[in-house]
Amino acid sequence: MCNNIYTPYLMQIEDIIEETSDARTFRLKFKNPDDAEKFSFKAGQFGEYSVFGEGESTFCIASSPTRKEYIECTFRKAGRVTNALANLEIGDTVGFRGPYGNTFPIEEWEGKNLLYIAGGIALPPMRCVIWNTIDLREKYKDITIVYGARSVADLVYKHELKVWEEMPDIKLITTVDPGGQTPDWKGEIGFVPMVLEKAAPSSENTIAILCGPPVMIKFTMPVLKKLGFQDKDIFTTLENRMKCGFGKCGRCNVGKVFVCKDGPVFTNEQLLTMPQEY
Amino acid sequence: METTHKIIRKHSLEKLYVTLLENRKIYAPVKQADNLIGYQYNPAFSEVTFDHLQSTLSVKNVVFPKVENLFYYTNNKTDSTVKGIDLEKFPEVVLWGAHPCDTAAYDVLRSIFCWDIKDEFFAARLEKLVVIGLACHKSDALCFCTSVGLSPDSSKGSDILLVPLNNGDYKAEIITEKGSRIVAESPEIFENYGDETVNVTVVEQKFDHKQLTSKLSNAFEHPFWLANSLRCIGCGACAYVCPTCACFDIQDETRGKNGKRYRSWDSCGFGLFTLHTSGHNPREVQSQRWRQRILHKFSYMPERNESLGCVGCGRCSRACPVDMNIAEQLQALQSI
Repeated sequence: MCNNIYTPYLMQIEDIIEETSDARTFRLKFKNPDDAEKFSFKAGQFGEYSVFGEGESTFCIASSPTRKEYIECTFRKAGRVTNALANLEIGDTVGFRGPYGNTFPIEEWEGKNLLYIAGGIALPPMRCVIWNTIDLREKYKDITIVYGARSVADLVYKHELKVWEEMPDIKLITTVDPGGQTPDWKGEIGFVPMVLEKAAPSSENTIAILCGPPVMIKFTMPVLKKLGFQDKDIFTTLENRMKCGFGKCGRCNVGKVFVCKDGPVFTNEQLLTMPQEY
Repeated sequence: METTHKIIRKHSLEKLYVTLLENRKIYAPVKQADNLIGYQYNPAFSEVTFDHLQSTLSVKNVVFPKVENLFYYTNNKTDSTVKGIDLEKFPEVVLWGAHPCDTAAYDVLRSIFCWDIKDEFFAARLEKLVVIGLACHKSDALCFCTSVGLSPDSSKGSDILLVPLNNGDYKAEIITEKGSRIVAESPEIFENYGDETVNVTVVEQKFDHKQLTSKLSNAFEHPFWLANSLRCIGCGACAYVCPTCACFDIQDETRGKNGKRYRSWDSCGFGLFTLHTSGHNPREVQSQRWRQRILHKFSYMPERNESLGCVGCGRCSRACPVDMNIAEQLQALQSI
C-alpha cells in the first residue's frame, strides 16, 4: 500500500555462494510474484540493496537478464551494510530497489568480437553482460575474458571460471599477481595489463569492456591503446557513492554527469570529456 | 492564467488570515528570541511579522522537510515487511508572507525533485501548498536576487503576491488558479486596484548570471577554487539555510524490530558526502567540495535542469562563520 520510489521490493535469499573469504553472492527471489512478473532490467544496471535497520548499499545486478527467475548480486564485506548483508542466511529478507542507470549497448555490439577485462571484485559488474552475451552467443564473434586477482583465493566465481574455460567458443585467460599463485595454479602469473599485452588480442572489429580497481584501469588503458582500440570502443562501468539511485540526492555526479542516470556505463571517449571526479 | 491585480487593505489582512486558517494550516513568519525571524505553524495574526528582512532558515522545509520518513519496516529475518507512507494525508498548507527569493526557490526544487522520475513526497507536498508571497520593501548588502534573474517583487513561485503600497495597504497579484480560489473564498477582501504606488526595495545587480554560467563551463581546473576556499571549515551551514540546496542522505532508525527509513538534509560541503567504502573519495579536499557547490548551482543545473540553483537570498553569506561572501565570489568568478 502507498508505496513510493524509495520503497524496496522484498526479496528472499534463495542461495548464498561464498566466493572468497570476504565476498559473497546472493541469489534473490521476489517475495511477491507480481513484482517478479513486472520486473525487468538490462545488462549494466544497478540497484540499492538493503538490510532493514542498517541501510542501503549500491551494487550492480550480477546475473543476466536472460535468467528471469531471480537476480544475483556479489558484494565484498567492507562497510556497515555489506557486513550486515554478510550476516544474513538463506531465507532471510533483503530489500531491493532498481533497476537504475543505463546499460551496456549489447545490440550495437552484435557481429563484433568482445574482449572482457576484469580485476578482482570488479568481475561482478561485468558478469551480467558476459552471461548476457554468452546466452546470445550466435550474435557475437570471438568472446575473450581476461580476469585477474591478487591471489587464487581472491578470484570470484571460481565455479563459473571453470564453466567458461570448458566452453569451446569462449577464450578465458585467468591470472594472479606474482606470489598469489598456488602450487596447482595453471593460469597466468602477472598483472592484468601485462597479461593482456602478452595475449595481444586484435582490436579489429572488437569492443573492450574494462572494469577493475583504478590502478588496473590506469595501466590497462595504454595497453588497449597500443593494441589499437579506439576510445569509443572501450567501455567501463563507474562507481560513485549514491543514496537515491535516480538523480536527486546529489552525490554521484562527475561534473554535470550523473553516474546514476547517465551511467554507470561509459565509454572511454565519454570519460575523457568528464572532469577527474570519480 | 493572466495575472489580475487587486488591493487588500491593511485592516483586511487579518480577516483573510483567519479565513484561511479555518480549514488549512498556515506557515507564517514571526519574531523569535534575539530578534531572529522564524516560521511557525498557525501563529496568532498579531504575532505575524510583515516588515522583516529575512527569516534565518528558508521555507524549503514545507516541501522538503529536514527529515522525511520514506517508509516503515518490521525486520523479522525471513518475514520482514514494509509499510508505505500515505501521501494523501499531507496537510494543506498556506505559506504566508514568504519573500520572492524563497517562493522562487520552489521552482528550483521542482527542477531537482521532478526531473526524470518524480519524487512523490516533494510533489505531494507542493501540490497541497498555497503560496502567498510578500514583495520586499527592505534589503541589505548581502541580497542579490537581481543578479540571478529575480527581483524584490518577482511573483515566481507565488500563487498570490502581496506588494506593499506606500499607503500601508497591499497590492495583491493573483497569479495562479490556486490564488484565484483563495480570492473566490473571500471576494469582499479583494478590492479593485487603481494606481497606488508600490513600496519595493532596490537591489543592485552584482553579476550577470548568464555570463557567469558560460565562464564556469571551463573553470573546473581553475586555481580560484583553492584560493577562495582555504578558510571554509566545511560546516555545511550554507546548505542548511539555503532555500534551494536539496542534497539528502538516507538512513534507517530502528527500535527493536520496527523502524523507519528516512531522508534528511545533507551537504556537499561535508567530507563524508562522497566517501566510498574503499576509502577513496572523489572530492577529498574542501576546495573540491566548494567547487562542487558553486558549479552545481551555477553551471550544472542551468545545463541539466534548465534552472539556476540560486535565488540570491544571501543566507549562505549571512550564516557563514568564516564570512565567505558568495556574491563577491561569483562576481570575481565572472571575470576569471
